[in-house]
Amino acid sequence: MTRARPIILGAVGVLLIGALWELYKAIAPATGVVIGGVTVLPRSSDLAMPHIATMFLRLGQPVLGDPGSPPLWLAVLQAAGFTLGIAAVSWVIGVVVGMLLAILMQRFRTAESALAPWVILSQTVPIIALAPLVSGFGSQIPGWQDWMSVAVIASYLAFFPVSIGALRGLSSPEVAHVELLHSYAVGWWKTLVRLRLPASVPYLVPALRLAAASAVIGTVVAEVSIGLEGGVGRMMIEFASASSGDPAKPFGPIFGAIAIGLVSAGIVALLGLFLRRYRRSEATS
Amino acid sequence: MTDAVTVSAVGKTFAVANRGTVVALEDINLVVAPGEFVSLIGPSGCGKSTLLRLIADLDQPSTGTLSVFGKTARQARTDQDYGIAFQQAGLLAWRTVAENVELPLQLHRVAKPTRRARVAELLELVGLTDFADRYPDQLSGGMQQRVAIARSLAESPGLLLMDEPFGALDEMTRERMQNELVRIRHETGAAVVFVTHSIPEAVFLSDRVVVMSPRPGRIVDVVSVELGGERGDEVREASAFFARVSAVREALHGAPAKGVRGVENR
Amino acid sequence: MRGISTRTLVAPAVFGIAALMVWQLAVTVFNIQPFVLPGPINIGAQFEQVWPIIWAGTLVTGGNALIGFIMGAVAAILAAIIAALARPFDELTQPVVTVAAVIPLVALAPILYAMFGADAETSRQLIAALAVFVPVYLNTLRGLRQVKPVHRDLMRAYAATPWQATRTVTLPAALPFLFTGLRIASSLAVISALIAEYFGGPVDGLATSITSSAAGSNYTLAYAFVLGAILLGLAFYCVTLALEKLATRHAPLPPERPAVGR
Repeated sequence: MTRARPIILGAVGVLLIGALWELYKAIAPATGVVIGGVTVLPRSSDLAMPHIATMFLRLGQPVLGDPGSPPLWLAVLQAAGFTLGIAAVSWVIGVVVGMLLAILMQRFRTAESALAPWVILSQTVPIIALAPLVSGFGSQIPGWQDWMSVAVIASYLAFFPVSIGALRGLSSPEVAHVELLHSYAVGWWKTLVRLRLPASVPYLVPALRLAAASAVIGTVVAEVSIGLEGGVGRMMIEFASASSGDPAKPFGPIFGAIAIGLVSAGIVALLGLFLRRYRRSEATS
Repeated sequence: MTDAVTVSAVGKTFAVANRGTVVALEDINLVVAPGEFVSLIGPSGCGKSTLLRLIADLDQPSTGTLSVFGKTARQARTDQDYGIAFQQAGLLAWRTVAENVELPLQLHRVAKPTRRARVAELLELVGLTDFADRYPDQLSGGMQQRVAIARSLAESPGLLLMDEPFGALDEMTRERMQNELVRIRHETGAAVVFVTHSIPEAVFLSDRVVVMSPRPGRIVDVVSVELGGERGDEVREASAFFARVSAVREALHGAPAKGVRGVENR
Repeated sequence: MRGISTRTLVAPAVFGIAALMVWQLAVTVFNIQPFVLPGPINIGAQFEQVWPIIWAGTLVTGGNALIGFIMGAVAAILAAIIAALARPFDELTQPVVTVAAVIPLVALAPILYAMFGADAETSRQLIAALAVFVPVYLNTLRGLRQVKPVHRDLMRAYAATPWQATRTVTLPAALPFLFTGLRIASSLAVISALIAEYFGGPVDGLATSITSSAAGSNYTLAYAFVLGAILLGLAFYCVTLALEKLATRHAPLPPERPAVGR
């Protein structure tokens, strides 16, 4: 009961959002509420807000009118798989770079002083704005493909939480523990492997989760801004521009994007389960 | 005059997740006279803090009755008949020393000029006048605890409840704080219920020491101290003091004699 | 943590200047073309030259971010207060917000453009508001639950009314958490308002300018707009950071691990 409760309530929460959508659609004017030329409340016409049932029924119908066109759900699934793949590559790169940077900063104080402010600063600014420009940069490298540009941007977004979380985690062992290993005449490397890395896990797991979310967001956005075909990002834009005659169609890739976010979070949660013996000190929050 | 605290046949059981219930207190009977200083001493888990929390109406007894100045514990709390201090000073980090002491007066809508005057008086009493505008993080542990004691005295309560207030202090600071508490208590005339696990501390401060044992928490002995009202450091080296310390220690370690007995029986 | 020393100021400055110099040197020495990577000097010159256009774009994107930030933050704070008071509301909201934290919210942009009109800024503001809502809600709610047991006991011992306890203990303890949420959200507001522009809508913000100049092969100009976006992000971050420092001078404990990063 106690374990099923959050799942049931979450489902109720999602159903409530759906109910609100339909309720609003039923009572609001089709053109929305416009005050002073600004649409304050959204349009509720079938074009702007299709029925939820329509969205799901649309998933079962073919993408295009012509025969041989695959059903929408299959196309979305393929696109989501493509995007998830890039996001996964980005996540791995981001995690590796983030960890290495954290170890470097933990080892050399000067490196921390020199790099940490830039790492933090770089995340407060919209580096993602660079996305359209990375492909120009990459085109100079032989064998460079557009998906790699997407992966570069997404892994950039993913590395930040890892480097910050890992640095905090690597610095988290108590002085007593560090001195204990020092008294064993153990070197830096063994201290890292036996003490600092295990101690960093409680900080690392939430960071990995954030990195996964960032990698997914980065991939979807970079697909759109670079114009990479094959993923849900591009699909969203294509379907949205054709939505005047088929308003339920853009919801397909949106559901796909939500699914990617959930799947990636689930994978990281699984990873956290494997590491749970290092997380005994972790607060329940 | 009504007794400060009357505890009759009080028991307290806690529900523990997946493990049924734990009897924290069983058949506790205790009377604290007005102006009397009573210490509760015993090993961890003997329920001494629980007993204090019952008197403060922070928890409710499972069986038996409690009264504070002849009223129910709840009524006494609502009427603010007691002041309380915990092991952690529990100061609010975003308030200055003066504002922390002022807190209960402010909550109970005491007029501002009165508040000011009272805070100045209390800070004088605990010797922190010069630190009125500091923030808690700028004070040592001992000073923080003095602020907490000043705060507990803010409304001149007839009863002071203290839950190991000096537990986290070093020995030197601790003895100085004990001396101060003896003086403050002498000046205010309040009754005190004082939880501790230090035998010398209990003996030095108290008129009576209530010795408790765990599983289930119950009173095993009450030792009368009778070292006189105003005590100073010289008492710590008096043979009478050591005799009482031995008496409490024996009671704690389960000396042969059962039931209530005073030091005079020895 | 380690205090302000020359090292904490000089080291990053030296690193930053060195990076810029290497960049410029590489562009000059290897004669790298602007469509690959323009040098910092050229970008700076371009930035100065087209400053009025950049400023106009910054006002649009910054305005969207600010409106979205305010809407999202107010909604999140109210929702967190309700969730702290009413457990059923919290239980219903928690899974939805947890999901919202891991999905690309900007994916909702195409729907919002359909709902609010593709010629209005409303959708971009809403995307920013949604992105802001998540960290502010999670951090505020966590802050509202930070009351220490000893303070709760104290309030009960003083027979304080629920409102007195909220004002005296709960809100001040929650404040540092709220501001951490706002600081994280400030960057998210700018980033979200910016990337919402990639998904459609009027052609007037910084991101649309970046894509159009890149499409027109005017790469130096595109980088100048990127610089504008970076400065906008920095401005938002610095203002919220200053507010946070001001509000948490005597904070009980700064939140070590924020409830959600970005």
